[in-house]
Amino acid sequence: MRALDYRRAGSAEEAVELVATHPGARFLAGGSNLVDHLKLGITAPGLLVDVSRLPLDTVEHLDGDHGSVLRIGANVRNSDLAAHPVVRSRFPVVARATLAGASGQIRNQATTAGNLLQRTRCVYFQDVTTPCNKRDPGSGCSAIGGYGRYNAILGASDQCVTTHPSDLAVGLAAVDATVVVLGAEGERRIPFEDLHRLPGDRPEADTTLAPSDLVTAVELPMGPEVERSTYTKVRDRASYAFALVSVAATLRLKDDRVDRVRIAWGGVAHKPWRARRAEEALTGGPLDEQAVRAAVDEELAAATTDDETAFKVAMVRNTTTMTLLGLAGEAAR
Amino acid sequence: MDTEISLVVDGTPHAVVVDTRTTLLDALRERLGVTSPKKGCDHGQCGTCTVLLDGRRHLTCLSLAVAQDGAEVVTAAGLADGGLHPVQQSMLEHDGYQCGYCTPGQVCSMVGMLDEAAQGHPSHVTDDLTADVELDDAEVRERMSGNLCRCGAYPGILAAARQAARG
Repeated sequence: MRALDYRRAGSAEEAVELVATHPGARFLAGGSNLVDHLKLGITAPGLLVDVSRLPLDTVEHLDGDHGSVLRIGANVRNSDLAAHPVVRSRFPVVARATLAGASGQIRNQATTAGNLLQRTRCVYFQDVTTPCNKRDPGSGCSAIGGYGRYNAILGASDQCVTTHPSDLAVGLAAVDATVVVLGAEGERRIPFEDLHRLPGDRPEADTTLAPSDLVTAVELPMGPEVERSTYTKVRDRASYAFALVSVAATLRLKDDRVDRVRIAWGGVAHKPWRARRAEEALTGGPLDEQAVRAAVDEELAAATTDDETAFKVAMVRNTTTMTLLGLAGEAAR
Repeated sequence: MDTEISLVVDGTPHAVVVDTRTTLLDALRERLGVTSPKKGCDHGQCGTCTVLLDGRRHLTCLSLAVAQDGAEVVTAAGLADGGLHPVQQSMLEHDGYQCGYCTPGQVCSMVGMLDEAAQGHPSHVTDDLTADVELDDAEVRERMSGNLCRCGAYPGILAAARQAARG
């Protein structure tokens, strides 16, 4: 690990100012991903700005300019988020997605914002002896034609085929969350879907944020009508492994027809994949197995697979079907 | 960059100067001579460096010591207070120790896990997120999944957790 300076920020504004005026500086929150990257030599910032003690660690129900929302502070620990009574009762998809990630120890350490900003676990990204456009722009992509079990099938480019590792992010994509960001120009709010980006020709940029943008909170809209929601994760081990495929879904039925549905997929793209085509195809119709499979296939028409990732198409279709039929109270055949 | 930090470890206050790069695990083992938490994978994958940090189970290999200034650390060794902690006793009775390398992490993790369950925290395998937690075998396995044992002492560790959960 290269030598580096450390400063503890006294306020969010000071933290943003410090990173904005020190090129290459990084925020440090829970550190469960960043400290590993420092050890592996994936990143070598000259300065760490510790934001972990900023008072951004509460979950609050607010009624204000932006409607009725559940505001989750950036420093809320993953374990506290999943255990929060309102998250458990109103946003099971968020609680379950959080609980599906990492281990008990790491969930006590990892923060809400840090979870969203964690970086890919692509084996080539993590191995500094191999070319990787995300770690070292312009060096090439070792995952194309290499070990590809965790690679993307949607939205990848010829420069990067990796997937986003967060479970929580997939859950938040399915509840139309808003990300609150403090930047050098002040506070702004961005729809969750606009936080992460597809690789294109800049795979090194995971998100649309500037380096000195500090995520201060995530807000979940609390509509008057409670939806059913859940998260299903498929992985190589029962516990403590990243997703091969995951599905976050919320569902509201009216007169046995789909009134509102939200579907997000993990393990298939560089960002949490909101399946809008599938949502549109299902809305207004019956929620049965045939309808879900047809809707998923419509979304997956754009999928690109190879020998390593071909299994994901069926896995996404089956997992989405099982998840939605489960929410509708019906078992998949 | 050197910084002086204070840590209370197993009830004893310490002041120690650490380089920014020093992990909490290295500060404990190499600077303070507290060798109960072990260095296994050093990348957050095995759990053997687990301690109770400000009362919660926590990996020390993925934490920078400088960021933990003022923290209270309890290691597996510090859990014994005049006699074995009930979790240590259960592990002993059910042969959960084996070679002993992963043991301090398993013990601290189990103490933290039992406390989380007592507070009603759900897990990935909890069916009803809003109901009381019942620590059946599936729950224990899932909640202890961050701790790996190369001897395969898992059946003994599971039995120890079952006994400790009954109190």
